[in-house]
Amino acid sequence: MVDKRSTIDEAISRLSSGMTIGIGGWGSRRKPMAIVRALLHSGLSDLTIVSYGGPDVGLLANAGIASKVIAGFVTLDSIALDPLWRQVRQRGGIDLTEVDEGLFYLGLQAAAWRVPFLPARAGLGSDVLVRNPLLKTVTNPYVDGPFADPADVGAELLAMPALHLDAAFVHANAADTAGNAAFTGPDAYFDELFLGAADLRVVTAETVVAEGGLGEVGPLAKATVHRLLTDLIIETPNGAHFTSCAPNYDRDEAFQKAYVTAASDPETWEAFTARFLGGSEADYQRAVAEFTKESQS
Amino acid sequence: MSPTRAEVCIAAISEVWRDAGEIMASPFGTIPMVASRLAKRTFSPDLVLTDGEAAIIVGAPPITTKPEDLVREASVPYKTIFSVVWSGRRHIVMQASQIDRFGNQNLSAIGPHNQPKVQLIGVRGAPGNSVNHKTSYWVPDHSTRTFVEAVDTVCGVGYDRAKNAGVGATRFHELPRVVSNLGVFDFSGPNNSMALVSVHPGVTVEEVVAATGFELHLGDVVETPGPTDEQLAIISEIDPKGAREREIKA
Repeated sequence: MVDKRSTIDEAISRLSSGMTIGIGGWGSRRKPMAIVRALLHSGLSDLTIVSYGGPDVGLLANAGIASKVIAGFVTLDSIALDPLWRQVRQRGGIDLTEVDEGLFYLGLQAAAWRVPFLPARAGLGSDVLVRNPLLKTVTNPYVDGPFADPADVGAELLAMPALHLDAAFVHANAADTAGNAAFTGPDAYFDELFLGAADLRVVTAETVVAEGGLGEVGPLAKATVHRLLTDLIIETPNGAHFTSCAPNYDRDEAFQKAYVTAASDPETWEAFTARFLGGSEADYQRAVAEFTKESQS
Repeated sequence: MSPTRAEVCIAAISEVWRDAGEIMASPFGTIPMVASRLAKRTFSPDLVLTDGEAAIIVGAPPITTKPEDLVREASVPYKTIFSVVWSGRRHIVMQASQIDRFGNQNLSAIGPHNQPKVQLIGVRGAPGNSVNHKTSYWVPDHSTRTFVEAVDTVCGVGYDRAKNAGVGATRFHELPRVVSNLGVFDFSGPNNSMALVSVHPGVTVEEVVAATGFELHLGDVVETPGPTDEQLAIISEIDPKGAREREIKA
């Protein structure tokens, strides 16, 4: 029986500079942060990051790992704006393809279904089309007959292109050794579509159980990622920190605040990077444990 | 006691959902959130409200209610929200960092898009919302910086841009209201341009005109009706700690 268990280093070694990488989660929620942290010292460059943007986007853009971003927004949820992302944007340091978040969904869906585009009204009339001249429209082909809607005859719709990914990373509450995974929190976001749109499909998880064990972690209906969608499974406890990973843990608001405060100034950011982001994932988790102890005492 | 400006704004915003029936009300900001719950408790009991996360909630509880104390009736993760958006069964009240005469809205970035002066949150769902279902706006800081001749990036689509894009964009496009801390507006001016409907108590038409960076259509301008005593009591129940007063400058 196939065993998809792997390591962060193995997953990163399969990437190369210039790739398009999808990152699951939403804003500051259930982001595969252990992977994002590893990408920071991967030596990779010129990545295109495709994300419902949270701290992943600001971190990778600011570090010069990403040169292009496809997103509808970047937010930390409880703190609306990420200072790293603001700085990168305000110094003109990134190529941003900004699309409506519903179009983004359709782009992933089109890639997962292997069709070149999916149509939508979203984006029509807005600067999404003006700023992204590569986006095209299609004309409704149904002009008569039983499928023609008189109100939409001649309608031009936006043709959202497939967002094909070289690799996708998502973080699950639990996975099994065969490559199935479960999101036991309130929202699976678009993670299944990120995996469906990608060549290399990687799931990090709070815990990895034996094949067939996900039904004991929670209702089987929450195990929406089956093994046809995955290549590598990596156990990364607390791996979404500091973003939320309900029901395992909430967003670490104290830490996120410290991140935002540090990121607002290059000097304090350097100190923060040295303390938290200089080493391995295990080093990071130790430093976080220390931070938590200090802030509680 | 006369209502505060925030309470006048709440009553005015709640009107966008009057007799709305069974649709999702999506408020952005404290004052719109209180307004949506006021509407549900009074004239639009069938409104569908969410917990801001991934579920529809029962009733219109105080905004101070802890997440664990909310009663939820259905699951609506993000992916399913787009089915609601594109079905049209929704009326959103978004905020605008900039809005222009025809209702184009910006929440992406101030200044040139490739190197903004101020990076904001991003286009989010504004392009899709505005061409798929009713979209109204709440602007808590009315000035010539927010009510501008032309927005820097068009996120929410205004009437002029929708018309240029054709029937695909206009079919379900409707911007019923703009409410600011100074007044209430609609798009009943020439060519669907912004018209001043009412000024809030204590505000003059001249003040609104001076704080607006484009020519407003001025028809019969009245005073914004404040909340009734009954509405005021409900507002205090929904927002017992007065969070509404912190969203606008006095």
